[in-house]
Amino acid sequence: MSTPPVSRLPEILAASENDLLAEWSAALDRQMASRAGTLRAVAADFLSALRNGAQKGELSDISGQAWAPMRSLLEQFSRDRAIQGFSASQTATLVFSFKEPLFARLRIALAGDADALARETWTANLLLDQLGLHTVETFQQTREEIITRQQEELLELSTPVVQLWDGVLALPLIGTLDSARTGVVMQSMLEAIVNTGAEMAIIDITGVPTVDTLVAQHLLKTVAAARLMGADCIISGIRPQIAQTIIHLGVDLTNVITKATLADAFKLALQRTGMRIVRPENVRPEARKEA
Amino acid sequence: MDRIPVLKMGQFLLVTIQVDMHDQLALALQDDLTAQIVRHRARGVLIDISAVDMVDSFMGRMLGNIAGMARILDAETVVVGMQPSVAITLVELGLALPGVRTALNVEKGVHLLTEAVRESSS
Repeated sequence: MSTPPVSRLPEILAASENDLLAEWSAALDRQMASRAGTLRAVAADFLSALRNGAQKGELSDISGQAWAPMRSLLEQFSRDRAIQGFSASQTATLVFSFKEPLFARLRIALAGDADALARETWTANLLLDQLGLHTVETFQQTREEIITRQQEELLELSTPVVQLWDGVLALPLIGTLDSARTGVVMQSMLEAIVNTGAEMAIIDITGVPTVDTLVAQHLLKTVAAARLMGADCIISGIRPQIAQTIIHLGVDLTNVITKATLADAFKLALQRTGMRIVRPENVRPEARKEA
Repeated sequence: MDRIPVLKMGQFLLVTIQVDMHDQLALALQDDLTAQIVRHRARGVLIDISAVDMVDSFMGRMLGNIAGMARILDAETVVVGMQPSVAITLVELGLALPGVRTALNVEKGVHLLTEAVRESSS
């Protein structure tokens, strides 16, 4: 096979840009009835970037400098779509839907030359496939970034350490405890103990849906680490079912102070730190009746 | 040879560990400490490890040993000022130091020892 003749694709693109845009817009209106308006603006930018890229750069490779504006356009587009919650195929359809008007235009421009028509169609097909794949890749990458960020946020959100009183800390745990989270919980609790000089720490597991042997082991580790720092731990918020599970599993919690509710745990913590809650003598009668 | 100083504070002894522990140093410390407990009739031992930011199983075992020896000589041991990373490491190593009392800082450790001594003497 001899060297292929110079592609006429750039020339055709430049010559019939307005017709292509009109036909493509019509196709987009049919395929994606909603939001076709916003797509038209992208379509116009896409066409001009495609024309510039095809004139200056390689048609078979879109990684070159000439295609940089096109790549950044597609990246921006698929990023926006990923954030708006579109699916990957909905996003890539924009690029692939351009094939129909482009091939029709090629057929008109190269009428009578079947050889050239087949060649140009193939070139255009390869080019558009590459652009489409690039769009999907960026889309996927953006989605992964979103997932990673959400995981980090969840991890931070779910491990607050609150100071209930001088020397009394509370950790309301929400969600399942795995090794990674236990590490974060332990670290933030121990750091809070150092910073506040707390003597009591209450771990509230009301929001922990299930307690299995692994979770129990993680809890015991956290309690042991707090004890090594010189702080006592109370585990509170144990629901009836969880109490049953713990005993059925044979988990030994006898060395740990456990309470049914956070209120009980707080009361004990105050007692241990030498506090006492006393009702004032001169309470108004109605307030006493309410209580 | 380097030695870790053992300071007398009233009826308690204070040991501050600020260097890397190795076998010789640990053995010397055990010797010194037990000798001092007997000589001063100390009722309590405070081991301050706030300057230690790395531990291994040897260090953990040594703390447990010292506490055991002190208990036989009728002295309570309190380990004070453990860093969070050290506590996590010890727990992961499975050395939760049972039988050793702990406190956040020297002040609280002295308070704890004073109460323990008062309880045991009353």
